Amino acid sequence: MIFAACCFVALREHATIMNNHQFRHTQTAHCESGVISNLLGHHGLKISEPMAFGIGAGLFFGHLPFVKVNGVPGTTYRIWPGAIFQRVCKRLGVKMETAKFSSPEKGMAALDQVIADGTPVGLLSSVYYLPYFPPSYRFHFNAHNLVVYGKREDQYLVSDPVMDTVTEIDPDSLVQARFAKGFPAPKGKMYYPVHVPGKASFEKPIKEGIAQTCHYMLKIPIPMFGVKGIRFLANRVKDYPQKVGERKSALYLGNIIRMQEEIGTGGAGFRFVYAAFLQESAVLLNKPELSRLATELTQAGDLWRNFAFAAGRVCKSRSADNVSYKELSEMLMQCAATEEAFFKKLSKI
Amino acid sequence: MKKDEVPQDSDNLHEGTFKQIMYAVDNTGNYVQVQSSGWEPENIALTQAWDEVNEKVAAAKVLVQSGEISPVAYYMEKNLMDLALLANYVGKFQWQVKRHMKPAVFRGLSDKMLQRYADAFKISKEDLLHIK
Repeated sequence: MIFAACCFVALREHATIMNNHQFRHTQTAHCESGVISNLLGHHGLKISEPMAFGIGAGLFFGHLPFVKVNGVPGTTYRIWPGAIFQRVCKRLGVKMETAKFSSPEKGMAALDQVIADGTPVGLLSSVYYLPYFPPSYRFHFNAHNLVVYGKREDQYLVSDPVMDTVTEIDPDSLVQARFAKGFPAPKGKMYYPVHVPGKASFEKPIKEGIAQTCHYMLKIPIPMFGVKGIRFLANRVKDYPQKVGERKSALYLGNIIRMQEEIGTGGAGFRFVYAAFLQESAVLLNKPELSRLATELTQAGDLWRNFAFAAGRVCKSRSADNVSYKELSEMLMQCAATEEAFFKKLSKI
Repeated sequence: MKKDEVPQDSDNLHEGTFKQIMYAVDNTGNYVQVQSSGWEPENIALTQAWDEVNEKVAAAKVLVQSGEISPVAYYMEKNLMDLALLANYVGKFQWQVKRHMKPAVFRGLSDKMLQRYADAFKISKEDLLHIK
C-alpha cells in the first residue's frame, strides 16, 4: 500500500512537470466547445472553438415555459449540454473514454490515475462550487465543463475555458463541484480522448453539422423549438404583464437575457460564434456564399443584442406597461423572421 | 457586432478580474475574439437575480427570528437551493424537508439529521442552530 502510494507520488510529479509544458490553455467563449477545442488541440487535432460549435450543431433555440428554474420559465439558445461533444467526436472519428461514478472516492481516484499519466481530463461540474469564479456568477448550474491537467502538491491544475488563464482548485471544492446534486447531476463525469485521428477532413462534418442545425431550427414539429420557438416566446412576452404581473414579468425577462448571454456569447445567444464558424467554413470548403451568410447571421445577432438591451432597460425600470412588452415582442418577431430567412438559405447550400 | 462595439460595461459583479471572450467582426469583416469586461443588460439581469435571492434570504431571516420557520428554510434560500435540490442533498423526501422547516419539528431533529443539513449547507452544526 505504502509502496503504491510512493509510486503514485512520483508519477504525479512527473506528470505535473510534463503537463505544465504541454497543456495549452486557450480562453474561449463557451465552456463545452472550448473544452473540445482545447482537449483535441492537445492531442494534435487543431480545431477552433467556432468550428467545434458548428460541427457539433450547437446553435438552437427553445423556450420551455413548463421547465421552470426557480419558478422562471427556461429559454435556451443552444443545444442541450453534451450534445456538441458527442456530435463532434462522432463526426471527426474521435474516441472518448467517458466515466461516471457512484462515489466521490472512486471518482477522484480515477481522475488522479488518468492525470498521473499526463492525460488532461475533461470534467462536468457545478458552477456553484467553483471558487475561482466571481461569486456573482455562482449559481447552481450543473453542466459546466472544465479541464484538469495535473496536480501540484494538493491543488488540482485547472484549465477552465471561459477563464483568462489557468487556475487551481482545492480537492474539496472539486469534489463538491463534480458530485453536486440536482438536475442534471454530474455524478463525477469525466472524459478524455483515447483515439484522435492525426488528420481529419472537416468537409463532411461541416456539411453534416450545418444540415443538422437547419433541421433543428426549421423542421421540428413542436412550437417551442427553432424559429417557431422564437415566435412562441414573442407571443408569450407580449402577455407577461397581464398574465404574471409586474414583478414576475421582470424576472422572466431577466432570465431570457441571462440565457442569451450565458457566458461570453456577446449577447447574441451564440449567433456570433456560429457566424464565425460559417466564415471559417467558407474558406475550408471554398464556398464564398457561406461568408455572405455569416454576415446575415451577424445582423440577426445584432437584432438579438438590441432586444437584450431593450429588455434590460425594461427590467431595470420595472415598467410593466404593455407598450414596452409589446415592443419587445415585436423585436423577437423580427429576430424570428430574420433567422427563418437565414436558415432557409443556409439549408440550400 | 463590430470589434469596437464589444461592450466593456464593467461593474462590481465581475470584481474587475473576470473577462469574457466574445466574437466580433474587425474592419475587414472577419470574426476575431475580443475580451469583454461585461455588458449592461447582463449586469442588470444578474443584479436582478441576486436582488431576488437577497430578498428571499432577508424575508426568511425575519421569519426564523420570529419563530415561524426553522433555520433550514433560511439556509436553503441562502444557498440558492430549492426544495427538490435540498431534499436531494440530505437524502430525504421533499415533504420531510418541508416538515423540518417547522420550528417544532426542527427542534426534535436528531444530531445525525442536523449534521446532514449542516453538511449540505457547508456550515457547522452550531451555525445551523443559531443563524447570524
